[in-house]
Amino acid sequence: MKCSIIKYCFLLFITCLFTNEYGYATTIYVGKNKAYAQIKKALAASKNGDTIMVTSGLYKEGNIIIDKSVVLLGENYPILDGELKHEILSIKSSNVSINGFRIQNSGRTTMSDPGGIKIYDAKNVTIEKNILINNYFGIYLQYAVNCVIKNNVISASQKEENRSGNGVHCWKSDSLQVIGNKIEGHRDGIYFEFVTHSVIWRNIAKYNLRYGLHFMFSHNNAYITNYFKNNGAGVAVMFTKKVTMMNNTFEENWGDAAYGVLFKELSDCYLSGNRFIRNTTGIFLDGSNRIKAERNLFLNNGWGMRLQANCMDNLIAHNDFIGNTFDVTTNGSLTLNEFYQNYWDKYEGYDLDKDKVGDVPYHPLSLYAVIVEKNPPAMLLYRSFMISLLDKSEKILPSLTPENFIDNKPRMSPYNL
Amino acid sequence: MIEVKNISKNFGKLKALDNLNLQLNKGECIALIGPNGCGKTTLIKAILGMVLPSGGDIIFDGKNIKDNTEYRANIGYMPQIGRYPENMSIGQVLDMIKGIRNHSQQLDTDLYEQFALAKMLDKKMRTLSGGTTQKVSATLAFLFKPQVLILDEPTAGLDPIASEILKAKIIEAKNNGCLILITSHLLSELEDIVSQIIFMQEGQLILHKNVEDLKTTTGQQTIARSIVHLLKTATV
Amino acid sequence: MIRILKYVALDILKNKIIIAYAIMLALFSWSSFGLEDNASKGLLTVLNIVLLTVPLMSILFATIYIYNSGEFIELLVSHPVKRSKIWKALFTGLSVSMIAAYVIGAGIPLLIFTNWDIALMMIAVGSLLSVIFVALAFLSSIITRDKAKGIGTSIMLWLYFALLFDGLVLFLFFQFADYPIEKVIVFLSALSPIDLSRILILLRLDVSAMLGYTGAVFKNSFGSDWGLVVSFLLLSLWILLPFYISLRKFRKKDL
Repeated sequence: MKCSIIKYCFLLFITCLFTNEYGYATTIYVGKNKAYAQIKKALAASKNGDTIMVTSGLYKEGNIIIDKSVVLLGENYPILDGELKHEILSIKSSNVSINGFRIQNSGRTTMSDPGGIKIYDAKNVTIEKNILINNYFGIYLQYAVNCVIKNNVISASQKEENRSGNGVHCWKSDSLQVIGNKIEGHRDGIYFEFVTHSVIWRNIAKYNLRYGLHFMFSHNNAYITNYFKNNGAGVAVMFTKKVTMMNNTFEENWGDAAYGVLFKELSDCYLSGNRFIRNTTGIFLDGSNRIKAERNLFLNNGWGMRLQANCMDNLIAHNDFIGNTFDVTTNGSLTLNEFYQNYWDKYEGYDLDKDKVGDVPYHPLSLYAVIVEKNPPAMLLYRSFMISLLDKSEKILPSLTPENFIDNKPRMSPYNL
Repeated sequence: MIEVKNISKNFGKLKALDNLNLQLNKGECIALIGPNGCGKTTLIKAILGMVLPSGGDIIFDGKNIKDNTEYRANIGYMPQIGRYPENMSIGQVLDMIKGIRNHSQQLDTDLYEQFALAKMLDKKMRTLSGGTTQKVSATLAFLFKPQVLILDEPTAGLDPIASEILKAKIIEAKNNGCLILITSHLLSELEDIVSQIIFMQEGQLILHKNVEDLKTTTGQQTIARSIVHLLKTATV
Repeated sequence: MIRILKYVALDILKNKIIIAYAIMLALFSWSSFGLEDNASKGLLTVLNIVLLTVPLMSILFATIYIYNSGEFIELLVSHPVKRSKIWKALFTGLSVSMIAAYVIGAGIPLLIFTNWDIALMMIAVGSLLSVIFVALAFLSSIITRDKAKGIGTSIMLWLYFALLFDGLVLFLFFQFADYPIEKVIVFLSALSPIDLSRILILLRLDVSAMLGYTGAVFKNSFGSDWGLVVSFLLLSLWILLPFYISLRKFRKKDL
């Protein structure tokens, strides 16, 4: 207690020191009939710590470079228009805050990757409550540390992947918070590459052309309570360690190569409370090890979970598998993963001792699933009478499906996740 | 009226009709006789187009019956065992045939009245006795006043009264100039009706003669006896 | 022909089986839409019914009916009626009543519970399947005079198309797994009316995404507008060919 009071006093002292050094911070107004008609001029006149208040209106000022620690505040969403030629806001200083703007029509050149807002090598930048429309990249962060991207609405409407950038693009950054953004119609909703110690929380990414969330070489991150719907290929998490994924919803990622989540070369991750609803494939695991998935819901997917044979030591426990065409498939006969106490709606066993766990083990791999995995064209026989007969006979007398692909303690009733 | 030229019919190895030639003329009443399985019914069915001959032609009124159905409008056919859709009633069968024939002329309803079919119109065909079925067949055969009557065992199963009614009707038709072709095992039944005899054996024509000629050549009083005489003397 | 058709249709309607069939289809469809929590699952259940029951019922009922119509045919043949007209009337009567039973039984719930695009497709495909298997029934019942043999042939035909054919296709998949045989298989599948119908409907459902590359090949060949025309032509061929052969045989048949 005493210690914290001392700390507080120290902080107060430091604050006083800064204000003394810079003099009192002022507020500069920009707009019609205001001191400055242009943001650029206001910026030039400002000093570190100032607040620039922009009143509503249309501002076509080309590229605005912010190289001072200022707060840029928009009143009634003033419009910053890049006229499809310029990057609009380039933040090249730390301690910048951008709040309440409508930023639209950034340039399109693929060489410099222009963004609606781009942060270059800065710390402690906050981008909050902005509306970004029809930009190439929405918010682009490179070498950013400790930045907050919060409650922005980001949308674009390109039809082709190569003509569209990402909604929130983060590259070689650390300690970011991406919170409560809504991202639609970009190439990837949120893109993370070489980003560490960050959190992605309460975002909604839907109708993006490629992935709702695209993760590569980004260790020690968490994404929690996000909603990914109807993205071209779902969500991809690749070449990454120690990711925590909780309470996310992956919905309606239908398509030939669409996944709820694609895990490639992933290890030591934890998945809990996620909901995979109506995806072609709920989770696709390729070369992924030591992943613990518990209390997730797999509902009405084509494939609930596709576990390639190169996955090891994964634990799939206490999940609900309901209404999937295939609950689980694999492409090999050797399986080194454990299934434990999941609920499988296709389980037909009984529970004599009433401990809510079935007395007979469940083989989640159906014969048809094995056939299709070995021979994808056989999918053409889906819903054929013969396939139903084959599956039934295999259930009664398992002979072709791998024996160790088994849940020894299947639950009798769902967990209602 | 009907000309049968070199008709043959094989059922597998069995030769039901073997190169048969016949000339059947208007106003004749011809008895078609022979042992069981001699090809009588096959011949009748061939004339009706129900059986398609393996070779030869049948000329009806100068026209080949091959690929022709209209000539049947001139034929009244009474099958040996009438087979009818089981769950139709007598009335429905009569209506259906009338409907299909789409006949515009006056119908001959004598038999319909004499057999008192009106009282049984609602009876289903499957519930009928053999005799009643024959009555329906006979009624249908005469209904459209055909020029040719083909009667396969017409009196079999009929009670004596009905049998007499039918015979009277046959004679009436004969007097009206119809060509009548009858098969029957009971030669005595045909005694006072027929004018010609056709005797068949193993699909071949053995004999085709006027009754009068037959009787005089054999010196017998009845047709039955003439036939027996012929068979015994083996002059055929 | 219309006059004969009238009597055939009346006779089939009097036959309670066709009404029972319609009621059974209705019960199945309503209950599968009612019991399943979403319409697309119910639709898949109905699809199974359509692909199994409709062909079986059509071929069996038609075969038995044709054999039982022996007397009717005999009766008409001695009258000035063209044989082909009798046969066509029987065929039309049976087809129309099978279609009517299907549309009333399964079509109405389909229209109510699913979107029109799929419902109409299902109705079209189910109706075509009904007629196809009626045509096959005509073929199998003209081939043999013996009723038991004829019904046996019909059941074998159904079994072949519903079950054995798919087994054959699966066998081919495995035999030629190393070769690019997608196109061949797609073409082969189109040779079975049940398979063609099944895939045509699957392509309209969500699950089409699961059909993968072969599904895409199929979609390109049979799912486009022109492909749809080709598919329906193929299905029509399955009606015309068996019926035409049976008609030729019936013209030459001794009664």
